[in-house]
Order: sequence, then C-alpha cells, then structure tokens
Amino acid sequence: MSKKSAWTITFKRISKNKGALIGMFVVVTIVTVALTAPLIAPYDPYKQDLLSSLEGPSLKHPFGTDIFGRDVLSRVIYGARTSVSISFLAVIVAIFLGMTAGTVAGYFGGVVDEILMRFLDILMAFPDILLAIAIVAALGPGKSNLIIAIAIYSFPQFARVMRASVLTVKNNEYIEAARAVGESNMAIIIRYVVPNAMAPIIVQATLRMATAILTISGLSFLGLGVKPPEAEWGTDLAMARVYLEIAPHLGIFPGVALFLTVMGFNLFGDGLNDALNPRLKDR
Amino acid sequence: MSTHPIVCGVLWVIKFISRRLLLLIPVIIGVSIISFSIMHLIPGDPARIIAGEGATKEDVEAIRDKYGLNKPLVEQYFRFMKGIVTNDLRSIKTERPILKEISPRFLNTVQLAMVSILISSMIGISLGIVSAVRRNTWVDSFAMFFSLIGVSMPIFWLGILLIIIFAVTLGWLPSGGKGGIEHIILPAITLGLATSAIIARMTRASMLEILNQDYVRTAKAFGLSKRKIVYKYVLRNALIPIITVIGLQFGYLLGGAVLTESVFGWPGLGRYVVDSIFNRDYIAVQVGIMVIAISFVLVNLCVDILYALVDPRLRRG
Repeated sequence: MSKKSAWTITFKRISKNKGALIGMFVVVTIVTVALTAPLIAPYDPYKQDLLSSLEGPSLKHPFGTDIFGRDVLSRVIYGARTSVSISFLAVIVAIFLGMTAGTVAGYFGGVVDEILMRFLDILMAFPDILLAIAIVAALGPGKSNLIIAIAIYSFPQFARVMRASVLTVKNNEYIEAARAVGESNMAIIIRYVVPNAMAPIIVQATLRMATAILTISGLSFLGLGVKPPEAEWGTDLAMARVYLEIAPHLGIFPGVALFLTVMGFNLFGDGLNDALNPRLKDR
Repeated sequence: MSTHPIVCGVLWVIKFISRRLLLLIPVIIGVSIISFSIMHLIPGDPARIIAGEGATKEDVEAIRDKYGLNKPLVEQYFRFMKGIVTNDLRSIKTERPILKEISPRFLNTVQLAMVSILISSMIGISLGIVSAVRRNTWVDSFAMFFSLIGVSMPIFWLGILLIIIFAVTLGWLPSGGKGGIEHIILPAITLGLATSAIIARMTRASMLEILNQDYVRTAKAFGLSKRKIVYKYVLRNALIPIITVIGLQFGYLLGGAVLTESVFGWPGLGRYVVDSIFNRDYIAVQVGIMVIAISFVLVNLCVDILYALVDPRLRRG
C-alpha cells in the first residue's frame, strides 16, 4: 500500500465518523484562532480601561470586560494561543523523550529494558496532575516549566507505545534481512520501527493535547502555571472565581473555550484511533 | 497432584498476594525517592527558597543547618525517611509533626473521594445499563453525549459553574468550606463527573459484550423476561470490569482532588500541598505528595488483588 492511499483511507474513515469530524473542525478552528490571534482579536488583551470594569456582555464587548476593564473576548482568543502553543511544545518534547526511551528499552531489551520500564512504572504511580504540581513546585511557575512538567508526566505513555511497537517489529524477518545487508541499528529504527509506531503515537499525541491543555489551565488556576497578566483560560478563571457574585459572565466564556478545545481534541483523538486501528479495517 | 482443589486455590491466592506485595516494595521506595528528590534536584538552593527573598546570609545558613541541607543527599534521604517513621519530621511552617498535619487532611480527601465515587457509580452504572439495553436509541446517544461532556469538562470550571448555579443564583448550597452534609454535595459531584462518565462507558461496553453471549440468547429463547435477563445474568457478569474501573477511579480521585479542593476550599490533602508550595514548606510538599502517590498505588494494588480473587479465569495464567 502506498503512503498516499493510507492517508486517503484514514481521511475517508474520519469523514464517515460524525464525532471525529466535529472534533477535527473544533481543533482546526482553535489552532487557526491561536495562530491568527493578533489579527482577529478586537482589542489588545492587556489594555486596561478601569472606567469600564466588570461590564456584562454588550455589542462593544461581546464577552464583557474583566476587573481591569480588559476585553474578555480578546483574552479568550489570546488564551487559545497560550494553551495551544504550550501544550503543543510539551507534547512534542514528550513524544521525543518517549520514543527515545521506548526504542532503547524495546530494541536493546534485557537489563536496560527492565530498569527503564520500572522507572516509568514509578513515574506512572503518581497521578498526572500531582506529578505536574510537584515538578512545578520545584521549578517554579512559568511557561517553560509547565512544558517540562507536562512532558515528564506524558512521556511514559509514548515510551510504552513505542516499546510495544519495537517488540512487534523486532523479530520480523525483514529486520533480520536489513541487519544481514549491514544496516545500522539507527537506520533500522528510523526506517522500519518508527513508521510502524506512528499511528498509535499520533492518536496518543492528540489525546495528550487534551490532557495537556487541562493541566495548563488547572495549574494556572492554582497559581502554579502561566502568570498573570498573560492571557490564559485557567488564570482568567481563577480571577473570575473572586468576582463570581458580581460578574458571573467572567466564569463562563474562558471555561466554554477550554471545554470545547478539550472536547475537540478528545473527539478527534478517538476518531483517529478508530480510523487508524488496523483491526477495524474491514468494517 | 493429589492436593484438594480448594487448598490449591488458597495457596494460589497467598502466593499471588505475597508476590504482588513484594513487587510493591521497590515501587514504594521509588515513589519516596522521587517525592524526596523533586525538591532537591532543582537548580537553586532549598535553604534560600525556605528562607524567602529578603533573608540575610546568616538566616540562610541557620536554615541550612537546621534542616541538614548541608549533608550529602543520600544522608538527607535517610534522615527524611527516618523522620517520617519516628514522627520527628516536622512541618517547616507550623513546626508540628508532619504526619499530624497530614492525617486529618488526608481523611478529608478520602471522605470527599468516597462520597464522590458513590455518587458517580450510581450515575455511571445506571446510565451505562440504560444505554446498553436501549442501544442506538436517543437514550443511548444522550448517555454517550453526557459521558463525552464528562471526560472533557475541566474540573475547576465545572466547580465554578455549579457555584454560579447552586450557590450564587439559587442559593441552595454553600459555595465552599467544610461543615454539614450540604458542604460535600457540590465538591463531590464536581470531582465525580468525569468518573461517572468513564463508569458509564465501561458499563455500556461490558454489558454489550455480555448481551452478545450465547447464554443470553439461550435465556431469551427460553422466554425469560428482558428485565430478568438484564439484571440476573448480564449485569452480574458485566460487573467485574465495572468494579475494576470504579476501584481504579477511586485511586485517581484521591490524587485528582487537588483542583476540586481548591475551588471549594475543601480542607483536603491536595489543597494542603498547594498551600504548602506557596508557604515554601517543602517538607509538607514532599510528604503530602508521597502520601497521595502511595495511597494511589495501594488502591490500585487492592483492585488488582480483588480482580484476581473474583475472576477465577485469571488464575490459570
């Protein structure tokens, strides 16, 4: 099967799956909003206007204004930029770490495998958010530390996927053949092992984007993530928590954006999983 | 072998449990090492962090001495573990033994997680049954839509929404704190929504699998009522995976309660850890994180053991 036809088949299957289509639509929309935030935001998200503080939704400010009179719609739009960029970087780092660890463990086996996998087991003994909190507690809040924290708790998943895929491929005859003609370990891994693991890794990455975005906003809500005044949904919701009695609208819009984004990635990930799963091919 | 099968079974169970307990030891040691070292592997000086920004050199030195931060890391680790066992390890902020600080908060978290798992099991199992029995109807679509919302809902935002609706607008329930039974309702629902969604999905999937079995078809052919088939045969057999998921989720709730506790001001362990981060009480952070992670591991172990006890098929392996 050529590469092109594999993509076509995947796309066809996704287009038949309503949930996956909606998910894809939401993901594309959010990413577009994130990329074009400066162009589409009606106001500067950091510009204060204390005279119009805590206004409800109006024509001028569709999502209202916050305590400093900043436009909530613009902050929600810029919040997409913050969440998508941090989670994307974190997932990329996690994929890289996970693929390296998984490949090393699976390909070389033995003691290396045993030690690495036990270490991952211990890491996975910590609930996700707790490990992230612990890491951020040590490193301090901020964007790059968030990326490190999320990457560290996410990479064991990728390592497992990669290791499993290495183990399936490893004993095939074509690997033996490749070795017989003198291909190096590195070449064998890149040419035969990595492509085989791509499908589950893409699925896992999409689902991990959802978890990452939830973690970013959760930690920021606790004051351990993105620092104010930077526009971020969790940070803005933490501030909204204080003014709920007088300005409930502040608690709605950043949350809706966050919820839709997470749902989009979840739906799209589930859809990809169905589409890329070879066991479901004939259905 | 001539041994009686029951003896064999009991021996197997003892062997299985002791093996799992043995495997647990390195995991717990590993967890304690990670919890300990997280606060030490940071770039920067823990003594200075504890002392705060305006501290003089002498203050920092005094703290370094007091907490043994000038000793080698390995020695510090053993001191830390010994301090926990002998109850000598004290919170930096309150100077009280750390386990005394932690245990009431841990119990609060357990209480919240228990109420939460109870509510979400009731919601999740009933939704799952209904959607499996009425597969592909609007009821099923509704239940699955609910579960999609449940897994995608940011927990702290759900808490805020519930506060807006039930505390601010309707005034039915308090928006936070700990007190009577009315204080636990909103946090328990908030914490358990995602769990009820996961339980609903699992119940549906495992019911559907059993509904396709031959013996269910036979029961139908014998003319048994649908009600009887569902409750007597299908649900009973579907329960094992459902109970497993409930157990695993319980462990997850213990660790995941941090955000819920913060939104509702629930005095649990998760919130204590977060507060301690801001108080620079790194001993409280280390021990708090360790206690949560170890209880998470222990709950998972109990689930594993229960699972093996109720499912005799696993014993063959």
